[in-house]
Amino acid sequence: MNIVTRYASPKHFSALAKRLAPWMGATAGILLTLGLYWGLLIAPTDYQQGDGYRIMFVHVPAAWMSLIIYVVMTGCALATLIWRTKISEYWLLSSPLLGASFTFLTLVTGSLWGRPMWGTWWVWDARLTSELILLFIYLGIMALEGAIPDRRKAARVVSMLTLVGSVNIPIIKFSVDWWNTLHQPASIFRAGGPAIHPLMLIPLFLMAGAFTCYYFCLVLWKIHKQIKGKHV
Amino acid sequence: MMLFSRLHQRRMSFLIFVLVSLAIAAFFMLRALNENLLFYFTPSDIVAGKAPLNHLFRAGGMVENGSIKRSGLTVQFRITDLHQKITVIYTGLLPDLFREGQGVIVHGKTDKTGVFTAEEVLAKHDEKYTPPDVAHTLRDQQRLQQDHP
Repeated sequence: MNIVTRYASPKHFSALAKRLAPWMGATAGILLTLGLYWGLLIAPTDYQQGDGYRIMFVHVPAAWMSLIIYVVMTGCALATLIWRTKISEYWLLSSPLLGASFTFLTLVTGSLWGRPMWGTWWVWDARLTSELILLFIYLGIMALEGAIPDRRKAARVVSMLTLVGSVNIPIIKFSVDWWNTLHQPASIFRAGGPAIHPLMLIPLFLMAGAFTCYYFCLVLWKIHKQIKGKHV
Repeated sequence: MMLFSRLHQRRMSFLIFVLVSLAIAAFFMLRALNENLLFYFTPSDIVAGKAPLNHLFRAGGMVENGSIKRSGLTVQFRITDLHQKITVIYTGLLPDLFREGQGVIVHGKTDKTGVFTAEEVLAKHDEKYTPPDVAHTLRDQQRLQQDHP
């Protein structure tokens, strides 16, 4: 309990964030190098898609991040609305731009992948459409935040919008099971274990680790900067 | 600091109420839209008359083994969902993954004889990723099991 209340105070959290952020950044860099090297040079070619499948090593971790960041934001939104904790407000307001960026990266890499394999850049199936809606939700959150000058008031309003948008997350995840889609079902987090060769799975997780550390690095750094800016 | 005081509990129950209402609203909205969210009809759907007549729609299934006939750029093949099959005619370029046994989605309409004329052919791929030698071994094993049950 002591440790929780200690780091719930912006001053202490800011110091912690300042110390952690560079480590997160360095870890992200190392994991990214390893992941790209393994993904592009060590991982075997796919029996169906040849070398074209390798865009997966960016596409899939980016798609995970687009969902995970939203789940983290939903947690922050709940904490903000229930306990009015300042750190959850900072965290919530520092996340949407990164979430939107990963969602955009997911859509672009997916489109580049779809053209040679499926034969189309884009279709309006349930998976692709729900992911596009996620991008609009992130952009809406950013616009809403920008429209309210008072940071604490903005955090509370953004929290409500974040909660409303959270219904889209399970829809994205299960869209491929609930409806017929062009997009294939889940390869990794599915009943019966991953349907993917271990030598391809390892670089996927390395890249996911890199993206996660990158997210933490930037969020912690942004929070540190904001708190510092307020107290100077 | 009290984590779960009266006030916090009241806010929590309100938020749970909001989330549950949202989930219920989303559920009914998606149920109402269900038909429109289906990206394609299966051959069984089409034989059962669920697909629109004289309208463009998408059909999805597996390209039946040995059913592909080519003449120039025109290709004729059958797609199946293992229960029913329909014949598809298409003129144009096919995606790289188009082959026997592959899942495909075709966009077009059926004529009176039930032949589907496609304007677009998309290839689906499954969720499995594996090197070619492993795929061959697995297929050989499956064949062995089928031949010697």
